[in-house]
Amino acid sequence: MVASLYGIDEANQTIWVYLEHEEGRLAGVSLELLARGRQMADQAGWELAGLLPGHEVAHLSPAAFAQGADRVWLLEHPLLEHFTVEAYTQAAYQAILKGKPSILLCGATPNGRDLTGRLAVRLRSGLNADCTGLRLNQQTGVLVSEVSGFGGGILALIEAPRHRPQMATVRPGVFSAGEADPRRKGELVRLGVELDECLVHTRLIERLSGPGVDLTGTAVLVAGGRGVDGDFELLRELADLLGGEVGATRPPVDEGHVKRERQIGQTGVVCSPEIAICCGISGAFHFVVGIEKAGTVIAINSDPEAAIFDYADYCIVGDVHQIVPALVAALKQEGQAVPAL
Amino acid sequence: MRELHSVVCVKVVPKPEEIRVDPETRLLLRQGVRSEINPPDMNALEMALALKDRYGGWVTVLSMGPSFFEPDLRVGLAMGADRVILLSDRAFAGADTLATTYTLARGIRRMGDVHLILCGEESSDGATGQVPPGLAEWLGIGQLTLLTALDVDMSRKTARGRREFKGGYEVLEVPLPCVVSVKTAANEPRFMDYQRKAWAFEEARVSVWTAADLDADPELIGFSGSPTTVSGLAEAPTRARKREFLRGTPEEVARVLAIILKENR
Repeated sequence: MVASLYGIDEANQTIWVYLEHEEGRLAGVSLELLARGRQMADQAGWELAGLLPGHEVAHLSPAAFAQGADRVWLLEHPLLEHFTVEAYTQAAYQAILKGKPSILLCGATPNGRDLTGRLAVRLRSGLNADCTGLRLNQQTGVLVSEVSGFGGGILALIEAPRHRPQMATVRPGVFSAGEADPRRKGELVRLGVELDECLVHTRLIERLSGPGVDLTGTAVLVAGGRGVDGDFELLRELADLLGGEVGATRPPVDEGHVKRERQIGQTGVVCSPEIAICCGISGAFHFVVGIEKAGTVIAINSDPEAAIFDYADYCIVGDVHQIVPALVAALKQEGQAVPAL
Repeated sequence: MRELHSVVCVKVVPKPEEIRVDPETRLLLRQGVRSEINPPDMNALEMALALKDRYGGWVTVLSMGPSFFEPDLRVGLAMGADRVILLSDRAFAGADTLATTYTLARGIRRMGDVHLILCGEESSDGATGQVPPGLAEWLGIGQLTLLTALDVDMSRKTARGRREFKGGYEVLEVPLPCVVSVKTAANEPRFMDYQRKAWAFEEARVSVWTAADLDADPELIGFSGSPTTVSGLAEAPTRARKREFLRGTPEEVARVLAIILKENR
């Protein structure tokens, strides 16, 4: 059987969270993983640590301590100023062989996936991608990851009992970050990294980044599907009144009515709003996965047999183009929009 | 300059909407379930075929699995691919990402001159998205993932790809050969070419390569090469919703909705 580079006996009772950062801030998903990692570490009496690669990023460690990290391993090198999969994989690899964590958690972000996919091969270890749940067996130290496949219809529990580190990636929004405690302190440990320029083959030619939207954090989601007939202005007005954001299923995104960053579901965003209003959406499993964690789901569809009604709290059989304007009018008539939180 | 040779890695998957779990045994009920090429892999195939249209060269479809996957893979030939290689051996069974990427990498090594290896973003059944970086690591080459557009420069031996993300995009370049993963829905996969169909489904030979053909390390393939095991399987619980139908004119429904919106925040 294939053996990981270090085994169960050599592994330390510590959970590591890869700390992703951009523009001087830790990524939300890293904070969420710290919060979940903290719970598991407490249950098992283990340590929780953050792995922080970058260039001049020590100032990010207090945010990790505040979220529950006992320790932050700092990997600083000029070649780590921007993410390249070659340099980051090599840096993380060196740190992991020094610290020998039992578990390594990482956000299932584009860069996180690139990194962990390579690390798992280099370390000859098991990787559970896109987990929807994580549990640590306190007796055995085995990480049990819950993953969903087939558009979310099937759940599998996956373990890598004999390999270390046990690696898992989790999408943003699956766990929630706890309350940060700025008084919480931890230990910052600097680790030497050896990197050579000739290691990096990826060249950044052009990059444009704007503010973008983050639907994972919106309190109200107004989502539209085919039944909206491309009239997303209508949904935008409703979303604005409710202090929310507009999302969509894949067809309107493919047709160019809505930007891809607003696509909800398995290949898009998984969000957990207090209220999700689904307009003209049939309710395919690929989409439903994205709103499963919503507090209250309202569905409007002209087809009384639409599957979306199985996933909704309040179901309205009717035309989106009549119901939504009526709702906008009713909200305006109330004299005020629902007060923002 | 040799011609551009692209390898498209595809997975044959059961159609997701037809899959059920046996409530007793908790095993996947695949009987009677039709299979297809994993839809995101069709975007990778389309990207490879578009490059072939532009620059010439040839496209290999590579897959791993039992021999009954063959008919599904021939769809790739009918779309425009030049050959299919199926890695098939009992010893490959039970492979997780680590063993799968190792096995695919051995297959690619055996092909010799390969410039581009294209994969879909993820599979509809596993959805791990970890094959492309894993493959790149085994092969010791660069990777460009989640691309919406790709171009190659055969004189400079580079690939340039566009990757979109929240609020922006980046254009990255790596030397050839490299692994590319294609963002789902980045393009519209072409239909089968009717003039190719007879050849694709009746005449073309699908090459089957076994573990021995790949000179694969038995410790790194199939079950023994797979650190992860499935310890349980279940149909996902769907959260119980109220499923309360609101009736009336649009105005009446809207008034009720306005109240519901207020109460649930």
